[in-house]
Amino acid sequence: MPLSNTIQQEKNRVIALSNVYKAFDENEVLRGANLDVLPGENVVVLGRSGTGKSVLIKIISGMLLADSGHVEVLGQDVSRLSQRELQALRLRIGFSFQSSALYDSMTVQENLLFPLVRNKRHLSRKEKNTAVETVLDAVGLLQTLKQYPSELSGGQRKRVGIARTLILQPELMLYDEPTAGLDPITSTEINALIREVQSRFKTTSIIITHDLACAKSTGDRVAILLDGLFHKEGTFAEVFADKDPRIQSFYDYNFTQ
Amino acid sequence: MAGAEFPKDKYILSRRLDGFFASLYRMAGFIGRFFKEVFRPPFEFSEIIRQCYEVGYKSLSLICMTAFITGLVFTKQSRPSLSEFGATSWLPSLVAIAILKALAPLVTALICAGKVGSNIGAELGSMKVTEQIEAMEVSATNPFKFLVVSRILATTIMIPILAFFFGGIGLFGSYVDVHLHENTSFALFFEAAFQKIQFADFYVSIVKAIVFGFTIGTVGCIQGYKATKGTMGVGRAANSSVVISMFLIFIEEVLIVTVANAIRAI
Ligand SMILES: Nc1ncnc2c1ncn2[C@@H]1O[C@H](COP(=O)(O)OP(=O)(O)OP(=O)(O)O)[C@@H](O)[C@H]1O
Ligand SMILES: [Mg+2]
Repeated sequence: MPLSNTIQQEKNRVIALSNVYKAFDENEVLRGANLDVLPGENVVVLGRSGTGKSVLIKIISGMLLADSGHVEVLGQDVSRLSQRELQALRLRIGFSFQSSALYDSMTVQENLLFPLVRNKRHLSRKEKNTAVETVLDAVGLLQTLKQYPSELSGGQRKRVGIARTLILQPELMLYDEPTAGLDPITSTEINALIREVQSRFKTTSIIITHDLACAKSTGDRVAILLDGLFHKEGTFAEVFADKDPRIQSFYDYNFTQ
Repeated sequence: MAGAEFPKDKYILSRRLDGFFASLYRMAGFIGRFFKEVFRPPFEFSEIIRQCYEVGYKSLSLICMTAFITGLVFTKQSRPSLSEFGATSWLPSLVAIAILKALAPLVTALICAGKVGSNIGAELGSMKVTEQIEAMEVSATNPFKFLVVSRILATTIMIPILAFFFGGIGLFGSYVDVHLHENTSFALFFEAAFQKIQFADFYVSIVKAIVFGFTIGTVGCIQGYKATKGTMGVGRAANSSVVISMFLIFIEEVLIVTVANAIRAI
């Protein structure tokens, strides 16, 4: 790769993590993680339960602060931002929660309006409603508009959660285990949705998962988080060609289930 | 709340005392944040009104029923002792003092601590453990303002109003009993009732109700906000909201009455 090209990429990185360290008391979760994400790319982060995958994206979105290291997101140093700047940055980031995190006292429509009403004050009521219907249609759930989250299935909740993050038209999407707890067919649908979001809304994404089928179909690049460090990065095939027993056991586990 | 946690094994005094002071520190931080955010726009008016409705209207029937029964029974039970001295004409005045000066704010607050406090603790607790609070944060909304400020304002505004209802209906309950036994007229009863009540007594009761309302909202929100993973955490948040706010209400009651009496003695 020519040097000028590399420099260009350095400047364009959507996310640049270097030597990120995070511990909770004696529990060292991240121990110097490095990761670069380029515009328009879907990066899958694979790792076993409790390796700090959720912590990683919470650091990226500024919900947790890294103990040390450099966290640059959309060209801004997250640790140096004021509360106001952080809010502005978060408007550009969509966060799909592991638990969907829909507001259960509100209908699907009110859930989707919630971020819109507070952050896009200049829109008319009609424009807001149209925006809600557009994203809900994009995830294929227009018929649930007036329903409460408790009336939806797990897969539908995930979709509504994704729709709620899409409504502010984020540049960066962070998916925390989008397929966890879903049956294989619904998982496939969610995977397709993640790809559709990428092409339709031109987003960059980090997808956290321990589901290899999800990793394979949604990821342009896969990074494996082991003991607080990224051990291997590359395409799905490249990563699993590695003979490291920890990586292989991950592969075997998924395909012998 | 970062910063309030102490290292795990190194206690400054003892585990319990450190925990106690840590929670005081957390509470102070929480209250400080409330006052910082309550005056700063944007305001969540519709949510504040919705919470007032939740807190006030939904507790009104329970408060009114309790007040009526309290007034009636209190009058019934006091009559024999007063009639021993031939002083049944003192009944309205005695009941009014008991209800307006002591029972109205206190009983209203205790009922609301149970009904509203547990509700706030459970609601915020479940929002916390299902990541709904974090979801608000990442969608660039201030969850503290939307959830906490609106609830604390609602309890602070509504509990004095409920206490006012308690006072009125409690006296009415008493009147019903007095009317049945002594055949006193409505006007006469209330004239007698307010004979020994001064304006200052009202002030003290209102101050009490405001403080109690603020306590119930604040404690419920704090307990909900610090709920930890799982349904257990939600139950614990609801439970501790009630226990802690009742405990604080008793302490505040004693403090306020002591201070008020001291001021009046001057
Ligand atoms: N707020 C917190 N306070 C203390 N410890 C935390 C906190 N958040 C996470 N941890 C700890 O950090 C470690 C990693 O947690 P994390 O949620 O990132 O795991 P994960 O990789 O997302 O796992 P899973 O696949 O189960 O979601 C765990 O040991 C957890 O106990
Ligand atoms: Mg996780």
